[in-house]
Amino acid sequence: MADGPIGGGAGTQARPLGRPRPRPLSPHISIYRWPITMAASILHRLTGVALAGGTLFLAWWLIAAASGPDAYDMFLGVASHPVGWIILFGFVWSLSFHLLNGIRHLAWDLGYGFKVPTARLTAALVFGLSLAIAVAVFAYGFFGVGGGL
Amino acid sequence: MTSKGNDLRTPFARANGLGSAKSGTAHFWRQRMSAVALIPLAIWFVVSALTMVGANLAEVLVFFDSPVNAILMFLFLFAALYHMTLGLQVVIEDYIHQEGIKLLVLMLNRFFAIAVGFATAFALLKIAL
Repeated sequence: MADGPIGGGAGTQARPLGRPRPRPLSPHISIYRWPITMAASILHRLTGVALAGGTLFLAWWLIAAASGPDAYDMFLGVASHPVGWIILFGFVWSLSFHLLNGIRHLAWDLGYGFKVPTARLTAALVFGLSLAIAVAVFAYGFFGVGGGL
Repeated sequence: MTSKGNDLRTPFARANGLGSAKSGTAHFWRQRMSAVALIPLAIWFVVSALTMVGANLAEVLVFFDSPVNAILMFLFLFAALYHMTLGLQVVIEDYIHQEGIKLLVLMLNRFFAIAVGFATAFALLKIAL
């Protein structure tokens, strides 16, 4: 008990001279269950970093288009490969999640939406809507104009 | 903050309003401004990209022949890369604590945004002109 994170009560335990009494520690992320608001907060940062990687894919698209038909065919080859679909789906979902959750953050900046039930509801909305948008965009890409990918 | 009786700052520090980090609200405000700009620009980008799913090169070139599309793409890229470099900066400052490495990674963060910015801008100009 003396070495546990909470520590013993003051003066209740014998402790070697010169050894500091264990101080109370704040629990870290792994201790908590995951409230939906925490998941949204962490995913906001993760999708932001993922989108930074996504700019490389966007840059490749534009540079390939500027370089000519061979370079563009190579880009299309990757974009229409299943690996390309995974990258593109991740990009579209990251963008829709970050955009919707970003609007949530802007509302907080204006002082709205801080009540716990409201914050939970808007987090759930962001999860649901961003997935719906990503799936809809992909469905349109596959079955929409020109036979899709 | 407003009660002068408890404020230990000098009148100059108070007027400057820069706080202990010495940069005031500049970073925060630029992040929000680019965020607001990106709401319509990102929606435009996704809708435009959808019209070009599986498009051949000729169709992409036609899309950027329109000055409106080319200009909107420039604005989207600029706002996105600016927002990106500000956001990555905060992530780096949060997780990298060793001063030398932090300085280096912060520089690489700016280099990355500038490199992607110039590369895409050049490609876009070449396509659009």
